[in-house]
Amino acid sequence: MSEILRVENLWKSFGKLTVLKGVNLTLNRGEVLVIVGPSGGGKSTFLRCINHLEKPDRGRIMFDGQEVDESKVNINQIRSKIGMVFQQFNLFPHLKVVENLTLAPIKVKGLEESEAMEKARRLLEKVGLIDKIDSYPSQLSGGQQQRVAIARALMMDPDLMLFDEPTSALDPELVGEVLDTMKSLARDGMTMIVVTHEMGFAKEVADRIAFMEDGNFVEEGPPKEFFKNPKNPRTREFLSRILNV
Amino acid sequence: MPYWLEVPIKSFPYLLKGAVTTLEVTSLSVLLGLLIGTFVGMGRLSRNPIFSRPATVYVEFIRGTPLLVQIYIIYFGLPSLGLNLPKFPAGIIALGINSGAYVAEIVRAGIQSISHGQYEAARSLGLTHWQAMRYIILPQAFRNILPALGNEFIALTKDSSLVSVIAITELLRAGQIVISRTFQSFSVYFAVALLYFVMTFTMSRMVRWVEKRLAIP
Ligand SMILES: Nc1ncnc2c1ncn2[C@@H]1O[C@H](COP(=O)(O)OP(=O)(O)OP(=O)(O)O)[C@@H](O)[C@H]1O
Ligand SMILES: [Mg+2]
Repeated sequence: MSEILRVENLWKSFGKLTVLKGVNLTLNRGEVLVIVGPSGGGKSTFLRCINHLEKPDRGRIMFDGQEVDESKVNINQIRSKIGMVFQQFNLFPHLKVVENLTLAPIKVKGLEESEAMEKARRLLEKVGLIDKIDSYPSQLSGGQQQRVAIARALMMDPDLMLFDEPTSALDPELVGEVLDTMKSLARDGMTMIVVTHEMGFAKEVADRIAFMEDGNFVEEGPPKEFFKNPKNPRTREFLSRILNV
Repeated sequence: MPYWLEVPIKSFPYLLKGAVTTLEVTSLSVLLGLLIGTFVGMGRLSRNPIFSRPATVYVEFIRGTPLLVQIYIIYFGLPSLGLNLPKFPAGIIALGINSGAYVAEIVRAGIQSISHGQYEAARSLGLTHWQAMRYIILPQAFRNILPALGNEFIALTKDSSLVSVIAITELLRAGQIVISRTFQSFSVYFAVALLYFVMTFTMSRMVRWVEKRLAIP
């Protein structure tokens, strides 16, 4: 197993509020890491630091052997290798589904339009939305929009996918289709970091689960142990809270 | 036919020529104003004071001074600094610089109306700042601000009458020339007003049409 991501001693503050307090993490190729934790614990900030949407104050992020740092590498090239899926989908509403998918590959990777189209068809086929290829985002359900957003990220052939609560904005009946898409992605060997409250998904798909609270990982391990014998009292309390609702 | 009616009818082709000049001056100023306004609008939002400070100064200064004075500065003032501009470029530049300040404020509001998530999604795909602006933010912003831009262009059409003071024979000056020969102030000025109205009314209809055509489903 080869390492794809290593985070060392990552710190991040917003003004006086310190959100990340020396976070460490290593991730191997093909691993699925699920991050859980209470609101405000720094999960989103951590994900956003990985692709430098948020600039860390201190620490080091190594992605595929390169240090993620705008002053040292081409950050756009690195970002194109790290797919990100947002809670609010963030599809481009003025572009058709197919244009949402093909824009970045054409502009960033220099793909020919015909190549990009071909690929977009293949990926839309895969997420089961080929019939929506010429629709606009507003014409899709939330679940469909999120699947398009996943396909859009996959268009760049990412080596790592980051999901920030991808199903939290969805009506309950639409959650399943998005989770299924993510499961099939995991089965195909995609390396993923998923922030979610979907414990069923975590149990089924995760190789590791990590509990983040107050700016750091408090506990982590394989799902079975994590759910059966959480060692940290904070983790136990959190789990009992979300598993009993 | 009474003389007061005969004059505007007979001189109609001449007034029309003036109206065409008005349209030429206005459309070139609109283009210049859009260009300036887009960059200054983005500049005002920049976190780098090297861009945002001058942009703010420009907008505040232009909006705080009369267009007529700005026209005088460009046409009569610059030559004393050794820069002689012919009247047409001078008029267009003065109007364009003026409009740019108003357009900048509109563009700024337009960009701010687009959720930050759009920008982040674009950047997360590897697009550069400029690509994100060009393909994601500005196209959406311009759709949102089209009505405001339309109003600005209509205002500019009317304001373009001010360049008559530097002897550009646009619609207003064409009317004044006719009046100086015929002394039919009321009917000629009225014809001039009518022609302005036809232009601005057509423009507002065109803006609405474009708005509908570009609307996102
Ligand atoms: N851009 C920002 N400016 C200021 N404060 C911020 C910013 N982004 C996040 N924060 C603050 O940082 C803290 C951690 O936020 P973060 O979004 O990382 O938490 P989270 O674990 O993702 O929580 P949630 O489960 O609610 O999404 C919060 O207190 C939040 O208000
Ligand atoms: Mg979050």
